[in-house]
Formats: sequence, structure tokens, C-alpha cells
Amino acid sequence: MLQIYCPYCQELREEEEFSPSGEAHIARPRDPESLSDEQWGDYLFFRKNPRGLHREMWHHSAGCRRYFNVERDTVSYVIARSYPIGEDPAGAMVEGHDHE
Amino acid sequence: MSDSQRRLPAGGRLDRKQKVSFTFDGRPMWGLAGDTLASALLANGVETVARSFKYGRRRGIVGHGSEEPNAIVQLGSGAATVPNLKATQVELYEGLEARSVSGWPNLDVDVIALLGVFARFLPPGFYYKTFMAPARLWMTYEHFIRKAAGLGRAPQNPDPDRYDKINRHCDVLVIGGGPAGLAAAREATRQGSRVILVDEQSEMGGSLLSLGGSEADAAQLQWRDQTLAELEASVDVLLLPRSTAFGYYDHNFVGILERLEDHRGLTSPGRPRQRLHRVRARQIIMATGAQERPLVFANNDLPGVMLASSVRTYINRYAVIPGQRLALCTTNDNAYQLALDWQEAGCDIAVIADTRPEAEGVLPRLARERGIDVRTGTAIIEASGRKCVSGALLAPIHAGGKSLTGPATPVECDLIATSGGWSPVVHLSSHTGIRPIWDDEAIGFVPGPHADGPVAVGSAQGIYCPLACVEQARTEGAAAALRAGQGAGESSSPSPDIIAALEEPAQALFLVPHTKTTSRAPSQFVDFQLDVTAAAIELAAREGYESVEHVKRYTALGFGTDQGKLGNINGVAILADTLNQSIADTGTTMFRPAYTPVTFGAMAGGEVGDLFDPERYTAMHRWHSEQGAAWENVGQWKRPWYFPVAGESMEEAVQRECLAVRNSVGILDASTLGKIDIQGPDAAEFLTRVYTNSYLKLAPGKCRYGLMLHEDGMIFDDGVTACLGESHYLMHTTTGGAAGVLGWLELWRQTEWPELQVYFTSVTDHWATATLSGPNARKVLARVCHDVDLSDEAFAFMDWNSATVAGVPARIFRISFTGELSFEVNVPANFGRHVWERLMEAGKEFNITPYGTEAMHVLRAEKGFIIVGQDTDGSMTPDDMGMDWIVGKNKSFSFLGKRSLERSDTRRTNRKQLVGLRTVEPNEVLPEGAQIVNTPDQAVPMAMQGHVTSSYFSPSLGRSIALAVVKGGRNRLGEKVFCPLADGRNVAAVICQTVFYDPDGERQHV
Repeated sequence: MLQIYCPYCQELREEEEFSPSGEAHIARPRDPESLSDEQWGDYLFFRKNPRGLHREMWHHSAGCRRYFNVERDTVSYVIARSYPIGEDPAGAMVEGHDHE
Repeated sequence: MSDSQRRLPAGGRLDRKQKVSFTFDGRPMWGLAGDTLASALLANGVETVARSFKYGRRRGIVGHGSEEPNAIVQLGSGAATVPNLKATQVELYEGLEARSVSGWPNLDVDVIALLGVFARFLPPGFYYKTFMAPARLWMTYEHFIRKAAGLGRAPQNPDPDRYDKINRHCDVLVIGGGPAGLAAAREATRQGSRVILVDEQSEMGGSLLSLGGSEADAAQLQWRDQTLAELEASVDVLLLPRSTAFGYYDHNFVGILERLEDHRGLTSPGRPRQRLHRVRARQIIMATGAQERPLVFANNDLPGVMLASSVRTYINRYAVIPGQRLALCTTNDNAYQLALDWQEAGCDIAVIADTRPEAEGVLPRLARERGIDVRTGTAIIEASGRKCVSGALLAPIHAGGKSLTGPATPVECDLIATSGGWSPVVHLSSHTGIRPIWDDEAIGFVPGPHADGPVAVGSAQGIYCPLACVEQARTEGAAAALRAGQGAGESSSPSPDIIAALEEPAQALFLVPHTKTTSRAPSQFVDFQLDVTAAAIELAAREGYESVEHVKRYTALGFGTDQGKLGNINGVAILADTLNQSIADTGTTMFRPAYTPVTFGAMAGGEVGDLFDPERYTAMHRWHSEQGAAWENVGQWKRPWYFPVAGESMEEAVQRECLAVRNSVGILDASTLGKIDIQGPDAAEFLTRVYTNSYLKLAPGKCRYGLMLHEDGMIFDDGVTACLGESHYLMHTTTGGAAGVLGWLELWRQTEWPELQVYFTSVTDHWATATLSGPNARKVLARVCHDVDLSDEAFAFMDWNSATVAGVPARIFRISFTGELSFEVNVPANFGRHVWERLMEAGKEFNITPYGTEAMHVLRAEKGFIIVGQDTDGSMTPDDMGMDWIVGKNKSFSFLGKRSLERSDTRRTNRKQLVGLRTVEPNEVLPEGAQIVNTPDQAVPMAMQGHVTSSYFSPSLGRSIALAVVKGGRNRLGEKVFCPLADGRNVAAVICQTVFYDPDGERQHV
């Protein structure tokens, strides 16, 4: 059971209030029709699934109904931070930083 | 032996005035208040408490706590019976009925042991070797094994007891109330932390409760009393005795099972029996202690072979002496305390066999001074006896512990106590996946490092000296308080306030060598509960199993209800030795919640019966109920399924309801459809992006049906959206999809299109909806609605109007899911029943008929209207459903899912497509889900062409109809296909159009 900080409510709340919404920072292509099937397939289906730090989107579905991003270690489940949609603390983490 | 001989005349934490009577396997016995079932059984001279899993061997009580592998009992009978409890953890109460869960027909005469039938069948890896083929016999095997294996019986009737759940928060949670836990809790409390201290025993103190009468022991017990009194006096401390922290989960979340009433009786009328505490702690201190390891030697499973610390506990805490003449085998100083206490109790000691080359610590010297025969460099290599221990074989052992250096000599005794050192209880700390690490000095696995998690103190961290335990626990208690935001991290009292004898180093010894090789020596048991021997582990290694996890599964080591608490470390060590590698390299298996079993009752808590899941009712619910509606659960909603009149079957009711709609008028409660109010200047643009069709030109007063796709192009919701006014829309979703759709809309607005000004509000519960459907619908509505022209010219199909219905402001949508003339009357929910009843009155003349979801399904299927989630399954595109007409290919914005409709896979012509099916035999109704094949005379497995998605008997057509998805189905109209059914029949059907009734759609336009 995770405890997640909602950057909008500015409170640490129980996981029960949230729904996971997959990997964060996947931008919808501006012009989908211009993409090859393979490029479109990459956008649709391919996800990083790293062992280590990962950015993922969560929805405060039983709370403020806002989506936001979480930087979480997929091994230890330690959450480094939560931040609103639109912010991108680039370079702040080493994606998929390996554990062993 | 009678009770008087085994119960010491004085001592113990017992109430000697209070005798407690109980039965074991039907035999009446008595014990004292303060006894556990195990101590009472020992006091009554019961030697055999179980028969073993594979071989049916006699087993006695080995331990005194949650590690006990043998004394597994079932309490009581009937609905409240509890299976698989450890007798060592059952507090005795008046009238307790306990039965052993193994042994057939009884413990004394065990058929399996007599015949030896299982030994032949059950080598290590028996699951794989014996039962893999033929697989169909597995059910038979399993039935027999379960019966023989002694797993207890689950109650068959509803649990008569009530259970409770509570959420808690604290600064510091201390798990374990032994010396380390008490010290840590006291320190954190002094620093100002809010503390919860939890312990599985009936009183706090842990190992301190097993202490004897020596000066040092008395001082430690006094320290325990003082410390506990200080904690009890603090308002910031919650003490939870009789409570097991059974699971450690992420972010310092701990599940604790508190046994409130188990010690008073089988049931607890009027009071909750157990309480589940869900604790979120800022800091956690694991003071879970250590478990003594038994030594592994030949016949070490005979009743009368026990853990040294357990024997000591029975003497000191329960005043029970489980034998007359003791032989002790130890690898360490600590176990000498048992010998001293045993002698103090006035009984004989045959020998102390110390496996170390020399023993010159305080305790061994004291033992020698007291005249005890201490033999160093010596081990007990075998227990002898028929039903229980009557002697032991001693032999000199090499300093390395791997071989014997001389012949064996027998010694007479009726109890063998062993101590192979201590294993820190690391279970809880490894629940989140942190692997324990081997500590050579502690000769045990200690908790691995946690990033942000718990800290282990005392013997849980491999610190076995009580003095050092308390000192470390105090330091960590202060540190935890500091991390939780209290105090300065300085321990409140500088000097240790506990005394204990210093101990010399222990020897690492796991398998005691025998004069014969391991495979030829009498069985040397590692896991008592599952009959895993040292030879079995060696065999597994020889057969190529090297990973400890594989060996565990191959031999079943640690698979019992005790999770291998006693056997795991010995097993790992024997494996390591066989593979010629270190224990550290071999590693240990992982432990998972629960540490000890948790009742389902506690997990469920109050969420049972009517409170299991919330039920949602529409405003007209009570009316339906009064009419005797049968209910269908749709998500959490209760919807009328059909309305039977007296004596009617479901089939008859549904047919009558369908015909009423087709021939006159029916009324449906459609309140459960999801409703989302959408407002904002960019609402139309937004709708056009999330639906396949366009809403840019939808004028106020008009409705439009839409399909919603995920980005992969697959249909996930549908419904009608009405334009209520400029920048104001009402979206209808499927009943089950409402929450998901709202989340989906928010996702795109918040993440991809924050520039769009549009806002969503769920209004599902705000409105009650009565749908009038049938040729007389207009006439009925006209009787209660006078301010709107209802004629086809003024109020066309797919229009909506504000109106007054039965005196109530309403929105009327002229949309249809039956193909008949329909008006959906929406009124504020509180007026729902009023309007419904006025409509029923108004329709009396036309024999207005309430219809339920089943008739609705039949009517829509006759029209070929899909139900998302029934005719689609998350892999259906609009084209698959024959709904390409609704896809706006020329919209400027590439709506969600559009690009995916051009993928090579979604363009395939042989995708499964929605078609109709007419069975050749018109009365044959196909089962939904039936598979479709081209010809029935193929070899199994046949080539599947698709499956039936909806199937009903249509009363209007007087025959069965079905919708199905068939590969390339739209090009196969008129072809015959077959549905092979489970009963062996092959039902022939012809592929047809999806619209069975009124194909031109004239009836809804009248």
C-alpha cells in the first residue's frame, strides 16, 4: 500500500484514493496520420518498464480528480517526488537506474 | 505419567486456583489459567500430538510459540471451528475442545504409518515425479493427500462471530515486546513519540517471560515490569498484546491481527472476536526476536526432542517439566541456562553434550560446579525410543563439525533438548522483497538494508546478549523518534539498566554427522511439518537443483503452515554444504505475508453481508421492489431484470414485456445510464476529439449517438450526447462505464489539451429517467405533458425538449434503444417515483407494461443494436461492428483512435465482424459465448471462426435470434456454420444481417 503525495491537494494520501495511469511524459503525436505504423505502434504500445526510477502518471480519482506525475523506484517503491502535469524536472533522475 | 508429576509444585505465571478443563481428541483433561494448550498437554503427559505428513511418524511438541511445526490442532466444531492453530499459541479456556488434525483413524493407530504406503510414493520432488502424469488423476491424488496430510477442515457454515477493522497512525511502531522492543518503545516514548507496541503473546516481555529464578533473571524480570509500567502510564503509547504483526507492506504499512476474544472461548457473542489494525507508521522498529534452531540428527523427530529454550519456557513460565531425565545438546552457552533451571526444578540431567571443543564461559563453568556432566566436543547423533525418547547416542565430534572422531555411546534419558543457536526472525522485514543477508558472527540471516523502512533491534538483528540488545534498542529508539520528528536522538539514560551473563562464541553446526552416511542413517529431519530430511535435500542437490528457491519447491522445505520457521536455515546450510559453497552465496528463500495465518473474518471485518459492497438504487427502486421485480446487478446498481406477474417464469415475463413494447407501450427505468454534464466554450471541439463523429454542428435541442475509442482504435463506450445550449452538453455513457469515461475525459483535458476550456461534472445520480417505448408512447406522454408539441413534425427523432411532465420540470429525449417510438423522460431524481407513477396511471388505458433489462436486451438485439462490453470485448473497431457510418473520416482533428483504424491489423478483411445468426431449428437458442466453426466434422481442436455475443428467443419473430462475431462474416451472409456445444451437440445456424426486426427503422420515426 503506497502513500502518495498529491501535488494539488498538497497532502500525503492512501493509495486507495488513486488510480495508476501508466508511464508519464508520453506525448500524443501532433500529426498521427503522418506516422508510419511502426512509429504509431511505438507510441501506442511500447513502454519503458525500467527496473529502478520510473516516472508514472497517477489519477487522484477518489480525491481532486487531477492527474499528476510521480517519480517512483520500481524496486524499492520509494517515491522520490510528485509533480503536476506540465512540469518536467528533466535530468533530475537517472531513468531506470539499476539496482544490482 | 500423571499431571502431578509433570506440574512443578510452585512457580510459573499461572493462576493455580483456577483449574481449566478441556478435551484433546475427546479425552478430558485439565490445566491452569495461564496455560497454553501445549503446556497443558505436556502437563497431562501427552507425548504424541500429531502424525507426520508423509510417513505417519509420531510427533510431539517441539517449541513454545509460532515456530511450532507439529502441534497443529483444530478447535471446536460446527460453524465456529478453527483449523490449523498451533497448540503453543492457543491460550487455554474452560471447555476448550481440541483435536489433532492428523492421524487416521487416530493418533495412536495411524494407518499410513502401519502400511508405510506413502513413503514409497513420496520421495523429494514427489509432486513432479509421481503426479505429473496422468494429469487427470491429479484430483484423485489431491483428495487423498489432503485427507492424509492433516490440514484441518474449514468450517462449512457462516462464521457466527463479528470482526473489526481499524486504521491507525503512529510515530514509531515497535513490533515485538521482548527486551529490545520494550527498551526501544520506552526510549521513543520518552522522546515524545506516539508509539504502538505490538506483541503476539498474551503479555509483554517476550523471552523475559521464560526466565527462571536466578538473581540475574529476577533483575531482568524486574526491569521488564518497570519498563512496562512506564509504557502503560503513558497516554502516547498503545500496547497491543495478543496481536501479531503479520505483514509489512510498502511505505511503512503494517497489518496487525489482534485476538481480542480467542482466549476466552470459541465464539464471542456480542463482541468482536478479532480486530485488524491497519497501521501507517512514520518509523518502524522490528524487535521480532530470534528463534532457536533445532539440531538435525537421526530420529530427531521423536516425541521428547524439544528446543532448549522451549523446555526452559515450559519450566519457568508454565511450571511444567516435560521429562525426568534430560540430555542436552548445544552449540552455545545460552542453552546451559536450561540445564541450570532443570536442576533447580529437582530433576536429573544425564549429560550436556557441547559440540564445541571447549566451553569455558560463565554458564558452562557454573554447570560443572553444580556437578553436571558436561562433555565438550560431543554431540547427540541419534535419539532412540519407540513411542517417545528413551535414550540418546553420544559421539565425539570433530571441531569442524563435519565428522565423528570416535564410536557412539548410549545414554538413558526421556527428554532431549537441543540448541543449534539462534535465527533472527527476519520474515516481516523481507516482506517487501528486501533479501536477508548472512551474518557469520550471528550465525544467521539478518534483515537486509531498507531504504526508508524499518530498523531491526536486538536478536532480530543478530544481537543475542540481552545487555547489548537493550543498549542498541535504546539507541535506535531515540534515532527513530528523531526521524519521526521528536527528540534530539540522544538516548535518555546513558547506562544499561539490565544485567546478563556474558557468553562465549557459539559454533555453527546445522547437521550433526552420524556414524552412517546421511542417506543411510535414520532420518534426520529438517522440516518436521512436511517431513523433509537432510537426505532429501542432499538428493535434490545431487539431482541438479542448486537454487535454494528450486530446492524449496522440489522438497517442499518450508511449505507448511509454519513457513519453515524452524527448518529453513538448517535446510539452506545443508544445501550449501552439499554444493560446497557458503551459506551467504546460497542465500535464503523469501518470506511472504502472512507471518502466521490470518482469519478471513478479520480480513473482511465488517464488510460482510449487506455491507460487502455498496448497492446503488434508483429513485424508483422501491416501486420496482413493490412490484416484485427480479434484480440484475449492473456494477453496483440494482436494476429490474424483469417484472414477473403471479406464477410467471422469467421466460414468460420477458416475452410478455417485449410484446407489450412492440404492440402498445412499455416503461423502463433507465436512470442508471451514466450522465456527464459538459460545459465550456470548447466543449464541442472536445467532444469531436473523443468521439468518432463530429459535434461541431450539433444544434441546441438535438441529440447524437457516438462511439468512443481508445487510442488503439477499439470501442470502449457509446451513448447519446445532447446539446443543451450553447457550450453545454449532456453526455450519456453506459451504466458500467460512467466512472471510466469521466476519468478518460479528464485525462485528455488535463494532460494533452489543457488549452481547451471545458469542464465535466458527473450528474448520473441527479436525474431519474423513465423511458416510454412503443407505438402508444406518445399518447401516454401527452396525458401528463401539455406544454410541448409531441408530434413527429414538432418533436422529431433525435430531438430533445424541456417540458413539464406531471407537474415536474423535465428533459425529454426522443431517442430509442428498442426501435420503437420512444421518449426518455428525465426529471430531478427526487421526483422520479412521482413521475413514474403518473406515467403508469396515464398508460393504464394502453396496458402500459414495466419492462426490465432482459426485455430491453431482447428488443435491442432484434434491432441489431450493440451493447458495449457484450457484443464488443475491447478488441472491436467500429468497422468490426458494422458501424463505419459513424466514423467521421474528414474531421480536421485526428480523433482518439483514428490513426489506429488505418493499422494493417485493423484493416484486415478477415477480422471478426458482427453478424446475425439464425439457427436452422428456430426454437434452439444458442448459448452466449458459443464458439462457431465451419464444419463440425473436424479434428479437435477445431478451427474457430468466431463466437456468439448475444442470443435470445424473440417473441416478436417467434424464433431465436443471435448476434455473433465471425471472421470475415459480412462476406459470408447466407452461409451455414455450426456451434459445437458442451453437451456434444452441433447446432447449425445461418449467417444473416444484424437487424432482425423492422430493418428500415420505420417504427421509431412515427
